[in-house]
Amino acid sequence: MRKLLLLALVVLVGFAFIGRLYYLQVYDSASYNPLNDSAVRKVFTYPKRGYVYDRNGELLVANQPSYDVMVIPREVEEFDISEFCALLKITEEQYHKTLDRARAYSPRLPYVFLSNLSKEDYAFLQEKMRKYDGFYIQKRSIRTYRKTIGANVLGDIGEVNQAIINKDPYYSKGDLIGKQGVEKTYEKILRGTKGIKFIQKDRFNRDLGPFKNGEHDTIAKPGKDITITIDSKLQEYGELLMTNKRGGIIAIEPSSGEILAMVSGPTYNPNLLVGRERSKNFNKLYNDSLAQPLFDRGLQAMYPPGSPFKTINALIGLQEGVVTPQDKFRCNLGFNYGNRKMGCHVHRSPADMNLGIYESCNAYFANVYLKIMNKYDSPAKSMDVWSNHVKSFGLGNYLGNDLSVGQPGKIPTANTYNRAHGEGRWYPTFTLSNAIGQGEVLATPIQLANMAAAIGNRGYYYTPHIIKEIQDDTIPSKYTTPNYTSIDEKYFEPVVQGMFDVYNKGTADMVQIPGIEICGKTGTAENFAIIDSVKTQLTDHSIFVAFAPKDNPKIAIAVFIENGYFGSRFAGKMASLMIEKYLKNEITRTDLENFVLRYSLEHEYKKPFSGEPFGINRETILDPISDEEFEALQRKKRRIDSK
Amino acid sequence: MIRENQRRFGFDWLTIIIYVLLVGFGYINIMSASHNGEITNYFDMSQPYGKQLIFMGLSIVLIILTLSVEAKFYERFASIIYIVAILSLLGLFVFGKDVNGARSWYGIGSMTIQPSEFAKFATALAVAKYISDIQTNLKTIKDQLKVAAIIILPALLILLQNDAGSTLVYASFFFVFYREGLQQVYIIIGFSLVVLAVLALKFGLTATGLIAALIIFGLFFFRRKKRASILQPILILIVSLVFAFGVKLFYNNVLKPHQQNRISLWLRLEKDPAKLERMKKAEAYNLIQSEEAIGAGGFWGKGFMEGTRTTGKFVPEQHTDYIFSTVGEEWGFLGSASVVVLFTLLIIRILYLSEQQKSQFSRVYGYGLASILFVHFTINVGMVMGLIPTVGIPLPFFSYGGSGLWAFTILLFIFIKLDSNKINEW
Repeated sequence: MRKLLLLALVVLVGFAFIGRLYYLQVYDSASYNPLNDSAVRKVFTYPKRGYVYDRNGELLVANQPSYDVMVIPREVEEFDISEFCALLKITEEQYHKTLDRARAYSPRLPYVFLSNLSKEDYAFLQEKMRKYDGFYIQKRSIRTYRKTIGANVLGDIGEVNQAIINKDPYYSKGDLIGKQGVEKTYEKILRGTKGIKFIQKDRFNRDLGPFKNGEHDTIAKPGKDITITIDSKLQEYGELLMTNKRGGIIAIEPSSGEILAMVSGPTYNPNLLVGRERSKNFNKLYNDSLAQPLFDRGLQAMYPPGSPFKTINALIGLQEGVVTPQDKFRCNLGFNYGNRKMGCHVHRSPADMNLGIYESCNAYFANVYLKIMNKYDSPAKSMDVWSNHVKSFGLGNYLGNDLSVGQPGKIPTANTYNRAHGEGRWYPTFTLSNAIGQGEVLATPIQLANMAAAIGNRGYYYTPHIIKEIQDDTIPSKYTTPNYTSIDEKYFEPVVQGMFDVYNKGTADMVQIPGIEICGKTGTAENFAIIDSVKTQLTDHSIFVAFAPKDNPKIAIAVFIENGYFGSRFAGKMASLMIEKYLKNEITRTDLENFVLRYSLEHEYKKPFSGEPFGINRETILDPISDEEFEALQRKKRRIDSK
Repeated sequence: MIRENQRRFGFDWLTIIIYVLLVGFGYINIMSASHNGEITNYFDMSQPYGKQLIFMGLSIVLIILTLSVEAKFYERFASIIYIVAILSLLGLFVFGKDVNGARSWYGIGSMTIQPSEFAKFATALAVAKYISDIQTNLKTIKDQLKVAAIIILPALLILLQNDAGSTLVYASFFFVFYREGLQQVYIIIGFSLVVLAVLALKFGLTATGLIAALIIFGLFFFRRKKRASILQPILILIVSLVFAFGVKLFYNNVLKPHQQNRISLWLRLEKDPAKLERMKKAEAYNLIQSEEAIGAGGFWGKGFMEGTRTTGKFVPEQHTDYIFSTVGEEWGFLGSASVVVLFTLLIIRILYLSEQQKSQFSRVYGYGLASILFVHFTINVGMVMGLIPTVGIPLPFFSYGGSGLWAFTILLFIFIKLDSNKINEW
C-alpha cells in the first residue's frame, strides 16, 4: 500500500497531462492557417480596381490616387506643432485629438492621421514631411466617376463593415467594398484579389522578416474591367428630363434584355460618395426622408400598374379562348356589377379589343377578366391559371437580375383571397380591380419595362441585366437565354395593334413622334399619404409603358412620375422623348421637351407637408421654373447633344 | 524491462536512454526557443543554445565522475556533502549575486552557479542516510522532527533567498517519509489542509466552515466507535477554521501581489473585468501565450524551428521554465505527449528499481529522486499548460541552464551507480 501512493500519483498525473494536451491541441484547435495566426503579420497589396465602361465604350468609372498622412505615435518626436498644423490646415486641438486616438489604437502601428489630401497638397507636403518624425504620406487608390450621372446605377465603394468581415474572411478592417449599384453586384470581378505578404513578428509587434521565406505569400490579381449595358447619353438625357421630378425611367433593349437607361429622380453626383466626405454626404442623402435620393424608384417603387396591365388581361383572354379580338362589350360610362359600378370615361361603345385598348375602356376589360375567371369550375382554379399567365411576364417576383436592389411586386393567387375571405367564400367580382391593374396587383417600373419588352418581342423576354461584357470572361448564360411567356405568339398582334393605336388615335395621340411607330399604354395610379393620421389622396402617379418600333423593337420603356397626374401628362411625353433620343439621337418634338423641362413637380411634393388643404388631380396646376433655371437646363441639354 | 544479466557494467540502460532522449530533445527545443534567424554557429557562447551544448558536454564529465566513484562513498560522505551544500547556501548571503530579485547565484567569471539546485541531491543523500540508520524509527515524533529538520533547513535558506518555487520542491520528501513508515494520518492531514486552503480562498470562511462541519460531524456520527467524545470533532473543526483563517491572512498579508494574482488567476477569484484585463498583460500574459503556443501546435506540430509563436518569442522565458510550450507548438500533441510519457516512464522505472534495492539507503535515495522528479515535472508542465498556479521551477533535463542540468544529472547518476552496485551488497 505504501509503495503504491507515489506510483498511482505518477500515473494519474501522466494521464491528466495527456488529457489536457489533447484538449489544448486536438480538441480545441482548428487546422493551421497563417491567416489566423496572430504571430504572423499580414501585409496586403491592393490590386487595381476594374474600370466600368458604358455600352459605347465610354469610360464611366476609373481610379484616382489619394494620399493619406499616416502616423506611428511612438515615433513622433518633438517639433513645431503649430507649423505642422498650418501645413496640414488643421487646428492644434485636432492634432492632439487625432494623435491621442492613434495612440489608443496602438502606439506601434500606423494610423490614418489625415485622409485624402488633394494632389496639390500632396505635392507641397511631400518634401516637408521628412522633418516630422513619425509622420509619412501613404498613397491609396480611390474611385473617380467620370460623368456625374448614374449614381443609382454605378453605386459607390466604402469601408467594409464588421458584419461582412465576419461573413467573408477575404475582407479585413479598412478594406473597401462596393456598397451599392454595379460596384456592389460586380464587387468580386471589379476588386480582383489582394495579395498577401506574411511577416513573422515578435511579441513587441516588430517585424522579424518574411514568414517561411514567403512560401505562403500571394501576388495581387488586378480587378477586371466591365462594360455595362447603359447608354450613358440616354441615361444623361433621362436624368435631365427627370430634373425637378421624382420617379423612375427604365429603358430595355427587348432583343437582349440589356438595360439602356435606369433613371431615378432625384439623383445625386456619384462623386459625393468618394473620399474624405463620403460618410458625411452619405448620411445627408440617407437622412433625406422626403426626397429619398437613395431610393431607386426605377427598381424599388412598387405601385399598382394601372392601365398598362390591361394588355396582359387581353392576352390572357385570347390565350384562354374566352374572347376574340372582334368580340364587343358595352360600356355605359362604366361597368355595373351587383349594386356597384366601375367607372369609365366617354368613348364609343360597344368596344372591341382594339378600341378597348386604345381608349383604355374599363368596362371592356371587366368583361374580359370575368370571362377568364368564369372559365374553370371554381374561381380559385381560374385565379391560379390567370396568376400563372401574369407571372410568366416576369411580374410578381424578383426578376433575378444583377442589380443591387429590387422589389418583387405582387400578383395575387387564389391563396391571397383564400386567406382574406376564407376558402370558397369569394367570387370573381371581389377581385375585379385586377382587370384594370389595380387591386392586389403591384409592379415596379423595371417589371413594367420588361413586360413591354415581352409584348414587343411577341412572347418572350431576356432577364433584364446591366452587364454587357466582362474582361476575359463571359456573362452568365441566364442573361442570354430567352424566358417564354405562356401566351402564344399569334395572340400578340391584336394587342400590339391596340397599343399602336394608343399613339395613333388613343390616349397618347398628342405625344406621337413623326417617323417612329411607337406602341404604348398610358396609366395612372392612385396613391395616398397619411397626413395627421388621416389617409389623404394625393395627385395620381403618371405612368407610361411603351416600345418602339412596332416590329422588331429596339427599345422598351417604362416611365413612372410621382404625382404627375394622368399618364400622358409627364410620363408619356418623357417616354416619347427617350425613344426618339435613343432611336434618332435628335429631338424633333422640342415642344414636348420644353414642357417637361419647364414644369416642376416640386410644388406637388410639398403639398402634404404644407399643413394646409390642397387640391389634387383636376385641381393641380402646372408650375413653371424660372427662366434662368430653364435656360440652365437648356444649356445642359445642348451639352449632351453636342457629344 | 532489461534483465539483470543483460546489464553492461551493471547500469540500468533504460534509465540512461530516457535521460539521453530527454536531454537531447530538450537541446533541440532550446535551439528553437532561443535562435534569432539562422543558426550559423552552434557553439555561439552568447546564445543559450551554444551554452547548453557546453553544459551538456560538462554533464558527460560529471556522469563519468559520478559513476567512477565507489558506491559506498555516497553513503559514507552523505553528511559531509549535505553540510557543504548548506554552507554554500549560507555563503550566498555574503557572496551571492542578485538575478531577477532572487539571490540564488554565485558568479564565476561569466558563468553562474545556483547552489539550490545542488542542494537537492545533497538533501536526498542526507535523508537517505538518516532514514537508513538502524536506530531511526519514523513512527516516533523525535525522529520525525529530526528528519523534518534535514529538509526544512535548506528549504528555509532557499526561501530567504527569494526562490519560493525551489522551496516547494522540498515538500516532495513527504512521499519518501510515507514510504518509509510515516503514519497515514499525516497524509490525511496534509490532504485535508490543501483542500481547506483551496476552499477558504475560493469560497470564503463561512462556506468553508459549513463544508468542514458537515464532513467532520458526518464522519463522527457514521463511524462512531465505542463512546467517543463529541469534543473531538469540535476541536478538529476549530483547528480547521483557525487554519482556514490563517490561510486567508497569509494570502492577504504575507504573499506578494504577483503571488496573490497567480493564485487568484488559478482559482478564478478575480471577477472585475478591468483588473482581469490588466492581469492578462501581467501575471496571466505568460500563461495565455504559453497555452496559445501549445494549442497552435495541433496534432502534428508545426515542425522544428517552424513555430511562429516560438520564433516570435511570444512566450517569455520560453527556453527555461516554459520550454514545454515550444515542444507543444513545434512537435504538437505527438511530441508533447511523448515527453509526458517519457517522464512518466522514467519515474516509474526509478520507483521500480528503488523497490528492488537491497540496501535501505539506496531505496530511500531512489525514492527521493523519483519524488523530486515527480514534483518538478508536475509543477512545471502543469503550470505551462495552465493546470496549476505559476511556480517558477525548471523542467528537469529539459530546461536551459547549467546548474539545473548538472544537479539533475548528478542526482540521477548517483542512483544509477547505487543501483548498479546492488549485486555487490551481499
